[in-house]
Amino acid sequence: MTLTIARTLDCKGLSCPMPIVKTAQALRQLAAGELIEVLATDPGSVKDFAAWSKMTGNELVETGQEGVVLRFLLKKKG
Amino acid sequence: MTLMLERPTELPIPETTISEKKTGGLVIFAWSGDLDRVWPTLILAITAAAAGKPVTVFFTFWGLFPLVRNDRGITGQGWMQKMLAVMNRGGTANLKLSKMNFFGMGPAMMKTLAKSHKVASPQELLETAIDMGVKLIPCQMTMDLMGLTKADLIDGLQEPAGAATALEATEGATTLFI
Repeated sequence: MTLTIARTLDCKGLSCPMPIVKTAQALRQLAAGELIEVLATDPGSVKDFAAWSKMTGNELVETGQEGVVLRFLLKKKG
Repeated sequence: MTLMLERPTELPIPETTISEKKTGGLVIFAWSGDLDRVWPTLILAITAAAAGKPVTVFFTFWGLFPLVRNDRGITGQGWMQKMLAVMNRGGTANLKLSKMNFFGMGPAMMKTLAKSHKVASPQELLETAIDMGVKLIPCQMTMDLMGLTKADLIDGLQEPAGAATALEATEGATTLFI
């Protein structure tokens, strides 16, 4: 199965809670099952995205880091 | 005389248990108009909304003033309400810090720091809250007391209401008083 990323959201530099909030806003335009890639630099967002995923049911497919940039791959709840 | 204490044979079972009623929502009673309290109030509200929770914020007493339009003039009836409008202008641009206010220097420095750290301003948070469907309810009684009309408040709010409306939303929700 290949994963197609429907949208990439740049939240670099933004502080809590904006990466989460902007992701939630962006998800409104996505269909169920589509993937969104979020780039952030807020170190707190690692825990925050995990907690948010648990609360909303939107799956956190992948968490990665490149230098200071954190990358989250999320799948909209089906 | 013997006192007979009897347990009822069948305890009444409530029609809906608490867990069934639980909405997982968040209700905040925003009482303070201080910048350092308005900030977390709005951050919590929009984060809960981002997590799909129904969120209501009831703005009462000093808490109502962040909802006042920044360009509001001197409104109200009688000298007391007018004096209040001069001394406490309201609006997100005029919020004070509860500590280290230093005649407005504190908030100015705090806003500069927030900007450099890309922390969203109360104004931005308020607009985001409206966009995310957070129910922002101004307290009618406070409006009457402080001489504020709907025209003095920002757009996108719910109809002004009273304590009963706010309390109704607390059923099964987490409540905070800030």
